[in-house]
Amino acid sequence: MSEKVLMKGAEAIAESAIRAGCMAFFGYPITPQNETPEYFSRRMPQVGRVFLQAESEVAAINMVYGAACTGTRVITTSSSPGISLMQEGFSYIANSNVPCVVVNVMRGGPGLGDIAPAQADYNQATKGGGHGDYHSIVIAPHTVQEAADLMFKAFGLADKYRIMVVMLMDGLMGQMMEPVEFREWVDVKNNKIPVWATAGQGKRARRNIITSLEILAEGLEKMDIALQEKYTEIKSSEVCCEEYMMDDAEYAITAFGTVARISKTVVDLARERGIKAGLIRPVTVWPFPEMVFKKRAEQVRFFFDVEMNEGQMLLDVRLSVNGKKPVYYYGRLGGIVPSAEEMLDELEKLVGGKK
Amino acid sequence: MIMEKQVIISGFGGQGVMLAGELLAEAGKTEDKFVTFLPSYGPEMRGGTAYCDVIVSDKAIASPVISFPWAAIILNLPSLNKFEPLMKKGGIIILNKTVIPQDVKRKDVRVCKIDAQTIAEELGNEKVTNLILLGAYAELEKTVSIETLKKSLKVFLTGRKEKLIQINEKALDIGAEAAKKYMASRA
Repeated sequence: MSEKVLMKGAEAIAESAIRAGCMAFFGYPITPQNETPEYFSRRMPQVGRVFLQAESEVAAINMVYGAACTGTRVITTSSSPGISLMQEGFSYIANSNVPCVVVNVMRGGPGLGDIAPAQADYNQATKGGGHGDYHSIVIAPHTVQEAADLMFKAFGLADKYRIMVVMLMDGLMGQMMEPVEFREWVDVKNNKIPVWATAGQGKRARRNIITSLEILAEGLEKMDIALQEKYTEIKSSEVCCEEYMMDDAEYAITAFGTVARISKTVVDLARERGIKAGLIRPVTVWPFPEMVFKKRAEQVRFFFDVEMNEGQMLLDVRLSVNGKKPVYYYGRLGGIVPSAEEMLDELEKLVGGKK
Repeated sequence: MIMEKQVIISGFGGQGVMLAGELLAEAGKTEDKFVTFLPSYGPEMRGGTAYCDVIVSDKAIASPVISFPWAAIILNLPSLNKFEPLMKKGGIIILNKTVIPQDVKRKDVRVCKIDAQTIAEELGNEKVTNLILLGAYAELEKTVSIETLKKSLKVFLTGRKEKLIQINEKALDIGAEAAKKYMASRA
Protein backbone atom coordinates (compact mmCIF):
# COMPACT_ATOMS: atom_id res chain seq x y z
CA MET A 1 0.00 0.00 0.00
CA SER A 2 1.15 3.52 -0.74
CA GLU A 3 0.84 6.68 1.31
CA LYS A 4 -2.61 8.19 1.70
CA VAL A 5 -3.44 10.88 -0.84
CA LEU A 6 -6.42 13.20 -1.05
CA MET A 7 -8.24 12.51 -4.28
CA LYS A 8 -11.59 12.82 -6.03
CA GLY A 9 -13.42 9.54 -6.50
CA ALA A 10 -13.38 10.12 -10.24
CA GLU A 11 -9.58 10.36 -10.18
CA ALA A 12 -9.02 7.56 -7.69
CA ILE A 13 -10.79 5.00 -9.89
CA ALA A 14 -8.56 5.96 -12.81
CA GLU A 15 -5.34 5.62 -10.80
CA SER A 16 -6.55 2.35 -9.35
CA ALA A 17 -7.52 0.98 -12.78
CA ILE A 18 -4.03 1.78 -14.08
CA ARG A 19 -2.46 0.02 -11.12
CA ALA A 20 -4.80 -2.94 -11.67
CA GLY A 21 -3.29 -3.38 -15.13
CA CYS A 22 -5.81 -1.58 -17.31
CA MET A 23 -4.09 -1.16 -20.68
CA ALA A 24 -6.61 0.99 -22.54
CA PHE A 25 -9.28 3.63 -21.92
CA PHE A 26 -11.87 4.64 -24.50
CA GLY A 27 -14.53 7.18 -23.60
CA TYR A 28 -16.40 10.36 -24.22
CA PRO A 29 -16.66 13.23 -21.70
CA ILE A 30 -19.71 13.84 -19.55
CA THR A 31 -20.22 15.51 -16.16
CA PRO A 32 -19.87 14.46 -13.33
CA GLN A 33 -17.02 12.10 -14.28
CA ASN A 34 -14.85 14.29 -16.52
CA GLU A 35 -11.98 14.05 -14.04
CA THR A 36 -11.71 10.34 -14.90
CA PRO A 37 -10.87 10.70 -18.62
CA GLU A 38 -8.81 13.78 -17.76
CA TYR A 39 -6.73 11.71 -15.36
CA PHE A 40 -6.40 8.82 -17.83
CA SER A 41 -5.37 11.23 -20.59
CA ARG A 42 -2.46 12.39 -18.45
CA ARG A 43 -1.40 9.09 -16.92
CA MET A 44 -1.90 6.50 -19.67
CA PRO A 45 0.75 7.94 -22.02
CA GLN A 46 3.15 8.21 -19.05
CA VAL A 47 2.95 4.45 -18.53
CA GLY A 48 2.88 3.58 -22.23
CA ARG A 49 -0.80 2.67 -22.42
CA VAL A 50 -3.74 3.77 -24.53
CA PHE A 51 -6.01 6.76 -23.91
CA LEU A 52 -8.46 7.59 -26.65
CA GLN A 53 -11.30 10.11 -26.61
CA ALA A 54 -13.83 8.66 -29.03
CA GLU A 55 -16.24 10.66 -31.18
CA SER A 56 -19.23 9.39 -29.18
CA GLU A 57 -20.25 6.94 -26.48
CA VAL A 58 -21.40 4.49 -29.16
CA ALA A 59 -17.94 4.55 -30.72
CA ALA A 60 -16.26 4.31 -27.31
CA ILE A 61 -18.09 1.15 -26.23
CA ASN A 62 -17.37 -0.52 -29.56
CA MET A 63 -13.69 0.31 -29.14
CA VAL A 64 -13.91 -1.28 -25.70
CA TYR A 65 -15.59 -4.31 -27.30
CA GLY A 66 -12.78 -4.58 -29.83
CA ALA A 67 -10.00 -4.28 -27.23
CA ALA A 68 -11.80 -6.76 -24.97
CA CYS A 69 -11.85 -9.31 -27.84
CA THR A 70 -8.05 -9.26 -27.80
CA GLY A 71 -7.99 -10.07 -24.09
CA THR A 72 -6.75 -6.59 -23.16
CA ARG A 73 -7.73 -5.12 -19.79
CA VAL A 74 -9.93 -2.24 -20.93
CA ILE A 75 -12.24 0.31 -19.32
CA THR A 76 -14.71 3.01 -20.19
CA THR A 77 -16.35 5.48 -17.83
CA SER A 78 -19.41 7.64 -18.34
CA SER A 79 -22.52 8.98 -16.66
CA SER A 80 -26.20 8.08 -17.05
CA PRO A 81 -27.10 9.51 -20.51
CA GLY A 82 -23.77 8.33 -21.90
CA ILE A 83 -24.31 4.87 -20.40
CA SER A 84 -27.73 4.70 -22.09
CA LEU A 85 -26.03 5.25 -25.43
CA MET A 86 -23.70 2.31 -24.76
CA GLN A 87 -26.40 -0.29 -24.07
CA GLU A 88 -26.23 -1.96 -27.49
CA GLY A 89 -22.51 -2.51 -27.02
CA PHE A 90 -23.07 -3.94 -23.52
CA SER A 91 -25.46 -6.52 -24.91
CA TYR A 92 -23.01 -7.57 -27.66
CA ILE A 93 -20.19 -7.78 -25.12
CA ALA A 94 -22.35 -10.01 -22.91
CA ASN A 95 -23.11 -12.55 -25.63
CA SER A 96 -19.53 -12.45 -26.88
CA ASN A 97 -18.21 -13.42 -23.43
CA VAL A 98 -15.48 -10.80 -23.34
CA PRO A 99 -14.18 -9.02 -20.22
CA CYS A 100 -14.28 -5.27 -19.58
CA VAL A 101 -14.98 -2.74 -16.85
CA VAL A 102 -17.53 0.06 -17.15
CA VAL A 103 -17.98 2.82 -14.57
CA ASN A 104 -21.29 4.68 -14.36
CA VAL A 105 -21.07 7.85 -12.26
CA MET A 106 -24.83 8.27 -12.07
CA ARG A 107 -26.56 11.64 -12.35
CA GLY A 108 -30.19 12.77 -12.16
CA GLY A 109 -32.54 11.62 -14.91
CA PRO A 110 -34.45 10.62 -16.92
CA GLY A 111 -33.41 12.25 -20.17
CA LEU A 112 -30.71 14.87 -19.94
CA GLY A 113 -31.80 15.35 -16.33
CA ASP A 114 -29.20 17.19 -14.27
CA ILE A 115 -25.62 16.62 -13.15
CA ALA A 116 -26.38 16.06 -9.46
CA PRO A 117 -25.83 12.65 -7.79
CA ALA A 118 -28.50 9.97 -8.27
CA GLN A 119 -28.96 6.18 -8.16
CA ALA A 120 -31.71 5.88 -10.74
CA ASP A 121 -29.76 3.59 -13.12
CA TYR A 122 -29.93 0.66 -10.69
CA ASN A 123 -32.48 -1.27 -12.73
CA GLN A 124 -30.67 -0.55 -15.99
CA ALA A 125 -27.38 -1.84 -14.54
CA THR A 126 -28.62 -4.87 -12.62
CA LYS A 127 -31.29 -6.18 -14.97
CA GLY A 128 -29.24 -5.91 -18.14
CA GLY A 129 -30.13 -2.61 -19.74
CA GLY A 130 -29.51 -3.66 -23.32
CA HIS A 131 -31.54 -6.30 -25.14
CA GLY A 132 -31.49 -10.02 -24.48
CA ASP A 133 -31.12 -12.32 -21.46
CA TYR A 134 -27.92 -11.11 -19.92
CA HIS A 135 -26.37 -9.70 -16.77
CA SER A 136 -23.27 -7.80 -15.86
CA ILE A 137 -21.65 -8.06 -12.45
CA VAL A 138 -22.52 -4.78 -10.71
CA ILE A 139 -20.54 -3.47 -7.75
CA ALA A 140 -21.44 -0.39 -5.70
CA PRO A 141 -18.70 1.21 -3.57
CA HIS A 142 -19.65 3.62 -0.77
CA THR A 143 -16.35 5.42 -0.17
CA VAL A 144 -13.52 6.63 -2.39
CA GLN A 145 -11.22 4.09 -0.72
CA GLU A 146 -13.62 1.25 -1.45
CA ALA A 147 -13.98 2.37 -5.07
CA ALA A 148 -10.20 2.20 -5.47
CA ASP A 149 -10.05 -1.24 -3.85
CA LEU A 150 -12.97 -2.64 -5.82
CA MET A 151 -11.40 -1.59 -9.11
CA PHE A 152 -8.88 -4.41 -8.68
CA LYS A 153 -11.71 -6.81 -7.95
CA ALA A 154 -13.64 -5.54 -10.98
CA PHE A 155 -10.85 -6.43 -13.40
CA GLY A 156 -10.30 -9.74 -11.63
CA LEU A 157 -13.95 -10.75 -11.94
CA ALA A 158 -14.14 -9.54 -15.54
CA ASP A 159 -11.21 -11.77 -16.52
CA LYS A 160 -12.32 -14.72 -14.40
CA TYR A 161 -15.78 -14.92 -15.95
CA ARG A 162 -15.15 -13.12 -19.26
CA ILE A 163 -17.91 -10.71 -18.36
CA MET A 164 -18.57 -6.98 -18.17
CA VAL A 165 -18.27 -5.58 -14.65
CA VAL A 166 -20.09 -2.34 -13.88
CA MET A 167 -18.97 -0.08 -11.08
CA LEU A 168 -22.06 1.85 -10.05
CA MET A 169 -21.14 5.20 -8.49
CA ASP A 170 -22.87 8.57 -8.35
CA GLY A 171 -21.94 12.22 -8.78
CA LEU A 172 -21.15 12.57 -5.10
CA MET A 173 -18.71 9.65 -5.11
CA GLY A 174 -17.17 11.02 -8.29
CA GLN A 175 -16.74 14.60 -7.13
CA MET A 176 -15.87 14.27 -3.46
CA MET A 177 -12.30 14.04 -2.24
CA GLU A 178 -11.30 11.60 0.47
CA PRO A 179 -7.97 10.20 1.57
CA VAL A 180 -7.17 7.04 -0.37
CA GLU A 181 -4.42 4.47 -0.20
CA PHE A 182 -3.62 2.59 -3.42
CA ARG A 183 -2.67 -1.04 -3.80
CA GLU A 184 0.53 -2.26 -5.40
CA TRP A 185 0.78 -2.28 -9.17
CA VAL A 186 -0.20 -5.39 -11.11
CA ASP A 187 2.81 -6.43 -13.17
CA VAL A 188 1.83 -6.24 -16.84
CA LYS A 189 5.27 -6.95 -18.33
CA ASN A 190 4.53 -10.63 -18.84
CA ASN A 191 0.88 -10.31 -19.84
CA LYS A 192 -0.17 -13.31 -21.94
CA ILE A 193 -2.85 -13.27 -24.61
CA PRO A 194 -5.71 -15.53 -23.44
CA VAL A 195 -6.32 -18.64 -25.58
CA TRP A 196 -9.81 -17.46 -26.56
CA ALA A 197 -8.72 -14.00 -27.72
CA THR A 198 -8.78 -12.81 -31.31
CA ALA A 199 -5.30 -11.34 -31.42
CA GLY A 200 -3.86 -13.25 -34.34
CA GLN A 201 -3.95 -17.01 -35.03
CA GLY A 202 -0.29 -17.51 -34.11
CA LYS A 203 0.62 -21.19 -33.92
CA ARG A 204 -2.90 -22.36 -33.15
CA ALA A 205 -4.48 -24.81 -35.60
CA ARG A 206 -7.66 -22.78 -35.96
CA ARG A 207 -8.50 -19.16 -35.71
CA ASN A 208 -10.67 -17.92 -32.87
CA ILE A 209 -14.01 -16.33 -33.68
CA ILE A 210 -15.82 -14.06 -31.25
CA THR A 211 -19.38 -13.20 -32.15
CA SER A 212 -22.73 -12.52 -30.54
CA LEU A 213 -24.50 -13.84 -33.64
CA GLU A 214 -26.01 -17.32 -34.00
CA ILE A 215 -28.66 -17.34 -36.66
CA LEU A 216 -30.08 -20.79 -35.83
CA ALA A 217 -32.45 -20.74 -32.85
CA GLU A 218 -31.21 -24.13 -31.57
CA GLY A 219 -27.65 -22.86 -31.59
CA LEU A 220 -28.54 -19.57 -29.95
CA GLU A 221 -30.49 -21.35 -27.23
CA LYS A 222 -27.33 -23.30 -26.38
CA MET A 223 -25.38 -20.04 -26.17
CA ASP A 224 -28.07 -18.51 -23.97
CA ILE A 225 -28.10 -21.53 -21.65
CA ALA A 226 -24.32 -21.36 -21.38
CA LEU A 227 -24.62 -17.70 -20.37
CA GLN A 228 -27.22 -18.55 -17.73
CA GLU A 229 -24.96 -21.29 -16.35
CA LYS A 230 -22.20 -18.71 -16.02
CA TYR A 231 -24.59 -16.40 -14.14
CA THR A 232 -25.63 -19.23 -11.81
CA GLU A 233 -21.99 -19.85 -10.94
CA ILE A 234 -21.43 -16.12 -10.30
CA LYS A 235 -24.52 -15.99 -8.09
CA SER A 236 -23.24 -18.86 -5.98
CA SER A 237 -19.65 -17.59 -5.63
CA GLU A 238 -19.40 -13.83 -5.96
CA VAL A 239 -22.08 -12.26 -3.75
CA CYS A 240 -20.58 -9.57 -1.53
CA CYS A 241 -22.45 -7.75 1.22
CA GLU A 242 -21.52 -5.73 4.29
CA GLU A 243 -23.59 -5.88 7.45
CA TYR A 244 -23.21 -3.11 10.03
CA MET A 245 -24.53 -3.51 13.60
CA MET A 246 -26.84 -6.28 12.47
CA ASP A 247 -26.09 -8.85 15.22
CA ASP A 248 -28.78 -7.59 17.59
CA ALA A 249 -30.69 -5.36 15.16
CA GLU A 250 -34.47 -5.16 15.32
CA TYR A 251 -34.71 -2.92 12.27
CA ALA A 252 -32.63 -3.31 9.12
CA ILE A 253 -31.88 -0.27 7.00
CA THR A 254 -30.75 -1.25 3.53
CA ALA A 255 -28.99 0.97 1.01
CA PHE A 256 -26.11 0.95 -1.48
CA GLY A 257 -23.40 3.43 -2.46
CA THR A 258 -23.63 6.97 -1.16
CA VAL A 259 -26.88 6.36 0.73
CA ALA A 260 -25.27 3.41 2.53
CA ARG A 261 -22.51 5.59 3.98
CA ILE A 262 -25.12 8.03 5.26
CA SER A 263 -27.10 5.07 6.63
CA LYS A 264 -24.22 4.08 8.90
CA THR A 265 -24.62 7.40 10.69
CA VAL A 266 -28.40 6.87 10.81
CA VAL A 267 -27.78 3.52 12.53
CA ASP A 268 -25.50 5.21 15.10
CA LEU A 269 -27.97 8.05 15.72
CA ALA A 270 -30.89 5.61 16.03
CA ARG A 271 -29.00 3.50 18.57
CA GLU A 272 -28.26 6.62 20.63
CA ARG A 273 -32.04 7.01 20.85
CA GLY A 274 -32.57 3.39 21.83
CA ILE A 275 -33.65 2.11 18.43
CA LYS A 276 -31.77 -1.08 17.60
CA ALA A 277 -31.07 -0.46 13.94
CA GLY A 278 -28.53 -2.10 11.64
CA LEU A 279 -27.52 -1.79 8.02
CA ILE A 280 -27.42 -4.32 5.21
CA ARG A 281 -25.27 -2.91 2.40
CA PRO A 282 -25.08 -4.91 -0.82
CA VAL A 283 -21.61 -4.43 -2.31
CA THR A 284 -22.55 -6.51 -5.33
CA VAL A 285 -26.01 -5.37 -6.35
CA TRP A 286 -25.87 -8.06 -9.01
CA PRO A 287 -25.56 -10.79 -7.92
CA PHE A 288 -27.86 -9.55 -5.16
CA PRO A 289 -27.26 -10.83 -1.60
CA GLU A 290 -30.67 -12.57 -1.39
CA MET A 291 -29.65 -15.01 1.35
CA VAL A 292 -28.58 -12.22 3.71
CA PHE A 293 -32.04 -10.69 3.52
CA LYS A 294 -33.73 -14.10 3.78
CA LYS A 295 -31.77 -14.85 6.94
CA ARG A 296 -32.30 -11.42 8.54
CA ALA A 297 -36.03 -11.61 7.80
CA GLU A 298 -36.19 -14.16 10.66
CA GLN A 299 -34.68 -11.60 13.01
CA VAL A 300 -35.78 -8.02 12.28
CA ARG A 301 -39.20 -6.43 12.60
CA PHE A 302 -38.97 -4.66 9.28
CA PHE A 303 -36.63 -3.55 6.52
CA PHE A 304 -36.21 0.10 5.61
CA ASP A 305 -34.87 0.64 2.10
CA VAL A 306 -33.43 4.08 1.26
CA GLU A 307 -32.30 5.08 -2.22
CA MET A 308 -31.72 8.11 -4.44
CA ASN A 309 -34.36 6.82 -6.85
CA GLU A 310 -38.03 5.84 -6.75
CA GLY A 311 -37.36 2.47 -5.16
CA GLN A 312 -35.44 0.32 -7.59
CA MET A 313 -33.39 -1.91 -5.29
CA LEU A 314 -36.57 -2.05 -3.21
CA LEU A 315 -37.92 -4.70 -5.59
CA ASP A 316 -34.88 -6.94 -5.09
CA VAL A 317 -35.18 -6.50 -1.33
CA ARG A 318 -38.87 -7.43 -1.44
CA LEU A 319 -38.19 -10.50 -3.59
CA SER A 320 -35.50 -11.62 -1.15
CA VAL A 321 -37.58 -10.99 1.97
CA ASN A 322 -40.46 -12.71 0.15
CA GLY A 323 -43.25 -11.28 2.27
CA LYS A 324 -41.84 -12.50 5.59
CA LYS A 325 -41.51 -8.96 6.98
CA PRO A 326 -42.64 -5.51 5.85
CA VAL A 327 -40.24 -3.60 3.59
CA TYR A 328 -40.61 0.18 3.74
CA TYR A 329 -39.03 2.70 1.42
CA TYR A 330 -37.80 6.28 1.56
CA GLY A 331 -36.06 8.08 -1.25
CA ARG A 332 -35.12 11.37 -2.86
CA LEU A 333 -35.25 11.99 -6.58
CA GLY A 334 -33.73 14.27 -9.18
CA GLY A 335 -30.28 14.47 -7.66
CA ILE A 336 -31.11 15.29 -4.02
CA VAL A 337 -28.96 13.51 -1.43
CA PRO A 338 -30.97 12.60 1.68
CA SER A 339 -29.52 13.77 5.00
CA ALA A 340 -28.97 11.48 7.97
CA GLU A 341 -31.48 13.56 9.95
CA GLU A 342 -34.34 13.14 7.48
CA MET A 343 -33.67 9.41 7.19
CA LEU A 344 -33.71 9.10 10.98
CA ASP A 345 -37.04 10.99 11.10
CA GLU A 346 -38.54 8.51 8.66
CA LEU A 347 -37.17 5.55 10.58
CA GLU A 348 -38.52 6.91 13.88
CA LYS A 349 -41.97 7.38 12.34
CA LEU A 350 -41.95 3.76 11.18
CA VAL A 351 -40.69 2.44 14.51
CA GLY A 352 -43.24 4.55 16.40
CA GLY A 353 -46.02 3.13 14.32
CA LYS A 354 -44.86 -0.43 14.83
CA LYS A 355 -44.12 -0.56 18.57
CA MET B 1 -15.96 13.51 22.83
CA ILE B 2 -16.30 13.06 19.11
CA MET B 3 -15.36 16.13 17.11
CA GLU B 4 -16.85 16.75 13.69
CA LYS B 5 -16.23 20.14 12.08
CA GLN B 6 -18.13 21.22 9.01
CA VAL B 7 -17.40 24.35 6.99
CA ILE B 8 -18.55 25.82 3.71
CA ILE B 9 -16.09 28.02 1.83
CA SER B 10 -17.71 30.19 -0.82
CA GLY B 11 -16.76 32.98 -3.21
CA PHE B 12 -16.22 33.94 -6.84
CA GLY B 13 -14.29 31.65 -9.14
CA GLY B 14 -10.65 32.76 -8.86
CA GLN B 15 -10.80 33.69 -5.18
CA GLY B 16 -9.14 30.42 -4.25
CA VAL B 17 -12.15 28.82 -2.63
CA MET B 18 -11.29 25.29 -3.80
CA LEU B 19 -7.63 25.63 -2.86
CA ALA B 20 -8.55 26.77 0.65
CA GLY B 21 -10.92 23.80 0.97
CA GLU B 22 -8.43 21.27 -0.34
CA LEU B 23 -5.73 22.68 1.93
CA LEU B 24 -8.00 22.28 4.96
CA ALA B 25 -8.83 18.70 3.92
CA GLU B 26 -5.16 17.89 3.32
CA ALA B 27 -4.28 19.25 6.77
CA GLY B 28 -7.07 17.16 8.32
CA LYS B 29 -5.69 14.08 6.56
CA THR B 30 -2.20 14.91 7.84
CA GLU B 31 -3.60 15.04 11.38
CA ASP B 32 -5.00 11.52 10.81
CA LYS B 33 -8.61 12.61 10.82
CA PHE B 34 -11.42 11.55 8.54
CA VAL B 35 -11.99 14.20 5.88
CA THR B 36 -14.28 14.84 2.94
CA PHE B 37 -14.06 17.66 0.41
CA LEU B 38 -17.01 18.22 -1.91
CA PRO B 39 -16.81 20.98 -4.52
CA SER B 40 -19.85 22.57 -6.12
CA TYR B 41 -19.77 21.47 -9.75
CA GLY B 42 -23.27 22.29 -10.90
CA PRO B 43 -24.96 25.23 -12.61
CA GLU B 44 -24.69 27.29 -9.41
CA MET B 45 -21.05 27.87 -10.35
CA ARG B 46 -22.27 30.10 -13.18
CA GLY B 47 -24.24 32.29 -10.77
CA GLY B 48 -21.46 33.98 -8.85
CA THR B 49 -20.68 31.38 -6.21
CA ALA B 50 -18.18 28.58 -6.29
CA TYR B 51 -18.18 26.74 -3.00
CA CYS B 52 -16.98 23.61 -1.30
CA ASP B 53 -18.08 21.60 1.71
CA VAL B 54 -15.25 20.39 3.95
CA ILE B 55 -15.75 18.04 6.88
CA VAL B 56 -13.00 17.05 9.31
CA SER B 57 -13.95 14.43 11.87
CA ASP B 58 -12.71 11.93 14.45
CA LYS B 59 -15.04 9.27 13.03
CA ALA B 60 -16.11 8.09 9.58
CA ILE B 61 -18.09 10.78 7.77
CA ALA B 62 -21.60 9.94 6.61
CA SER B 63 -22.63 12.50 4.04
CA PRO B 64 -20.09 14.93 2.57
CA VAL B 65 -22.99 17.32 1.90
CA ILE B 66 -23.47 20.21 4.35
CA SER B 67 -27.09 21.36 4.18
CA PHE B 68 -27.01 23.70 7.18
CA PRO B 69 -23.50 24.96 7.90
CA TRP B 70 -22.19 25.61 11.41
CA ALA B 71 -19.30 27.57 9.94
CA ALA B 72 -18.90 29.44 6.67
CA ILE B 73 -16.00 31.31 5.12
CA ILE B 74 -17.62 33.92 2.88
CA LEU B 75 -15.58 35.73 0.24
CA ASN B 76 -18.24 37.60 -1.74
CA LEU B 77 -21.75 39.01 -1.43
CA PRO B 78 -23.64 36.38 -3.50
CA SER B 79 -22.16 33.76 -1.14
CA LEU B 80 -23.43 35.61 1.92
CA ASN B 81 -26.89 35.86 0.38
CA LYS B 82 -26.85 32.15 -0.40
CA PHE B 83 -25.60 30.76 2.90
CA GLU B 84 -26.69 33.27 5.58
CA PRO B 85 -30.26 31.91 5.67
CA LEU B 86 -28.96 28.33 5.96
CA MET B 87 -26.58 28.90 8.88
CA LYS B 88 -27.16 26.96 12.08
CA LYS B 89 -28.09 29.00 15.13
CA GLY B 90 -24.96 30.07 17.02
CA GLY B 91 -22.74 29.25 14.06
CA ILE B 92 -19.94 31.44 12.78
CA ILE B 93 -19.46 33.37 9.54
CA ILE B 94 -15.94 34.47 8.68
CA LEU B 95 -16.46 37.39 6.35
CA ASN B 96 -14.26 39.07 3.75
CA LYS B 97 -15.24 42.59 4.88
CA THR B 98 -13.36 44.29 2.04
CA VAL B 99 -15.97 43.40 -0.55
CA ILE B 100 -18.93 42.87 1.79
CA PRO B 101 -19.40 46.17 3.65
CA GLN B 102 -23.01 45.50 4.72
CA ASP B 103 -24.02 43.89 8.02
CA VAL B 104 -25.16 40.33 8.36
CA LYS B 105 -28.89 40.41 9.06
CA ARG B 106 -29.07 37.30 11.21
CA LYS B 107 -28.66 38.10 14.90
CA ASP B 108 -28.34 34.46 15.98
CA VAL B 109 -25.00 33.79 14.28
CA ARG B 110 -21.55 35.08 15.15
CA VAL B 111 -19.73 37.12 12.53
CA CYS B 112 -15.96 37.52 12.40
CA LYS B 113 -15.30 40.35 9.93
CA ILE B 114 -11.83 40.65 8.52
CA ASP B 115 -10.66 43.23 5.99
CA ALA B 116 -8.91 40.32 4.33
CA GLN B 117 -8.55 41.54 0.77
CA THR B 118 -7.04 44.87 1.87
CA ILE B 119 -4.59 43.05 4.14
CA ALA B 120 -3.73 40.66 1.30
CA GLU B 121 -3.08 43.58 -1.06
CA GLU B 122 -0.84 45.18 1.58
CA LEU B 123 1.03 41.88 1.81
CA GLY B 124 1.60 42.20 -1.92
CA ASN B 125 -0.79 39.55 -3.30
CA GLU B 126 -4.57 39.81 -3.12
CA LYS B 127 -4.77 36.11 -3.95
CA VAL B 128 -3.94 35.20 -0.35
CA THR B 129 -7.29 36.63 0.84
CA ASN B 130 -8.55 33.04 1.03
CA LEU B 131 -5.81 31.92 3.40
CA ILE B 132 -6.19 34.88 5.73
CA LEU B 133 -9.81 33.84 6.19
CA LEU B 134 -8.88 30.15 6.45
CA GLY B 135 -6.32 30.97 9.12
CA ALA B 136 -9.00 32.80 11.08
CA TYR B 137 -11.39 29.87 10.72
CA ALA B 138 -8.80 27.34 11.90
CA GLU B 139 -8.00 29.48 14.93
CA LEU B 140 -11.67 29.97 15.83
CA GLU B 141 -12.84 26.40 15.35
CA LYS B 142 -9.60 24.53 16.16
CA THR B 143 -10.34 22.14 13.28
CA VAL B 144 -6.66 21.72 12.43
CA SER B 145 -3.59 23.56 13.66
CA ILE B 146 -2.11 26.53 11.79
CA GLU B 147 1.17 24.61 11.74
CA THR B 148 -0.36 21.67 9.87
CA LEU B 149 -1.97 24.05 7.39
CA LYS B 150 1.43 25.60 6.75
CA LYS B 151 3.01 22.17 6.25
CA SER B 152 0.22 21.20 3.85
CA LEU B 153 0.93 24.21 1.62
CA LYS B 154 3.87 22.23 0.21
CA VAL B 155 1.47 19.75 -1.39
CA PHE B 156 -0.18 22.47 -3.47
CA LEU B 157 2.52 25.05 -4.05
CA THR B 158 5.17 23.20 -6.01
CA GLY B 159 7.55 24.14 -8.80
CA ARG B 160 7.34 27.78 -9.74
CA LYS B 161 4.58 28.30 -7.14
CA GLU B 162 6.95 27.26 -4.36
CA LYS B 163 8.00 30.86 -3.81
CA LEU B 164 4.43 31.64 -2.77
CA ILE B 165 4.63 29.42 0.33
CA GLN B 166 6.06 32.17 2.52
CA ILE B 167 3.38 34.75 1.79
CA ASN B 168 0.67 32.12 2.27
CA GLU B 169 2.15 31.13 5.62
CA LYS B 170 2.08 34.78 6.60
CA ALA B 171 -1.55 35.05 5.49
CA LEU B 172 -2.50 32.11 7.73
CA ASP B 173 -0.77 33.77 10.70
CA ILE B 174 -2.45 37.12 10.09
CA GLY B 175 -5.83 35.39 9.89
CA ALA B 176 -5.19 33.54 13.14
CA GLU B 177 -4.19 36.80 14.84
CA ALA B 178 -7.36 38.50 13.60
CA ALA B 179 -9.38 35.60 15.03
CA LYS B 180 -7.68 35.94 18.40
CA LYS B 181 -8.53 39.64 18.48
CA TYR B 182 -12.12 38.82 17.56
CA MET B 183 -12.36 36.29 20.39
CA ALA B 184 -10.80 38.73 22.86
CA SER B 185 -13.33 41.39 21.86
CA ARG B 186 -16.17 39.02 22.72
CA ALA B 187 -14.67 37.70 25.95
